[in-house]
Amino acid sequence: MCGAPEQGSGLAGVDLSTQTVIQGQVWHDGSPVAGAYVRLLDATDEFTAEVVTSPEGHFRFFAAPGEWTLRSLSPLGRAERSIAADVGLNETTLAIS
Amino acid sequence: MSRTDVLVTADWAQEHLGSPGIVLVEVDEDTSAYDKGHIEGAVKLDWKTDLQDSESRDFVDREGFSALLSAKGIGNDDTVVLYGGNNNWFAAYAYWYFKVYGHRDVKLIDGGRKKWELESRPLSADVVERPATRYTAGEPDASIRAFRDEVVDAIGTKNLVDVRSPDEFAGKLTAPAHLPQEGAQRAGHIPTAVNVPWSKAANEDGTFKSDEELAGLYAAAGLDTAKDTIAYCRIGERSSHTWFVLRELLGHSNVKNYDGSWTEYGSLVGVPIAKGA
Repeated sequence: MCGAPEQGSGLAGVDLSTQTVIQGQVWHDGSPVAGAYVRLLDATDEFTAEVVTSPEGHFRFFAAPGEWTLRSLSPLGRAERSIAADVGLNETTLAIS
Repeated sequence: MSRTDVLVTADWAQEHLGSPGIVLVEVDEDTSAYDKGHIEGAVKLDWKTDLQDSESRDFVDREGFSALLSAKGIGNDDTVVLYGGNNNWFAAYAYWYFKVYGHRDVKLIDGGRKKWELESRPLSADVVERPATRYTAGEPDASIRAFRDEVVDAIGTKNLVDVRSPDEFAGKLTAPAHLPQEGAQRAGHIPTAVNVPWSKAANEDGTFKSDEELAGLYAAAGLDTAKDTIAYCRIGERSSHTWFVLRELLGHSNVKNYDGSWTEYGSLVGVPIAKGA
């Protein structure tokens, strides 16, 4: 399987003692943004993965510990932020200004 | 073969909606995107249920592909215009697959579903029905598909292009980062492979970079154009994207896609594996 699991679904079955999960929501103007393209870039700014946000604006990546950049693209605009991830759950928000 | 023979713009696709002899096909693994909204008139292909045999780990056979396309209403003489999510990974896979079975006229929509959505172009949730055809698939073209023994023999002799992300190549990850980390038994890459992530061939909106940029990319990575090339990734869809770039856009001859890819190679007993950048 290569398609992303459903974004925003529960973490049942995900082993947070081994997986480095980076997840969150994309927001714009006080509302979550569905259908935004969120990409994960590694510490050298190289593309690593991309998902489309759920109806509630959720995204999730399975990464590795380290420095990452999240960037969202949508017809509403772009947003970007850096995150230092550790093993376990790492949550953040991307706000389109 | 040049770019305009194999790639159409979103504008072109929108102008040709409903044109006779042109069939739009959306290809995804998760077809829920299609079901919520697709380009008007497009039929859907499911990467897994339509294009993979349900028992053996392989394509559907020639008869199966003929029956599939007949049921979808695609004729041998139709121009098939493919697009999909994941930056056209699965559409590129389907492009390669249609070529394995000898379909003459196949094109990709540059940028795929992402560019279409980012530009807020119209999507339709209407059910698409096309009258059935009698499609006849050709004999599988082995000149564009690599199998494991050929890949092992290619170590140190042919160009091996690993198109996964740098962390997968290095052995830090075993799957793309939008998936739980599982897959092959071992992490790493095929010895002597160069790492040119598929994403370097694409712009942020999913369109392909210019021919000049693409030629520069593979030259800088040390790809020897005098040698045959095999591209691979984890399951063969991202490497279809690179196969498309090398063979269809840049016109390299003797480029094969290894669809067994890392899930097969990284589980083989007794083959060499390299780690690190």
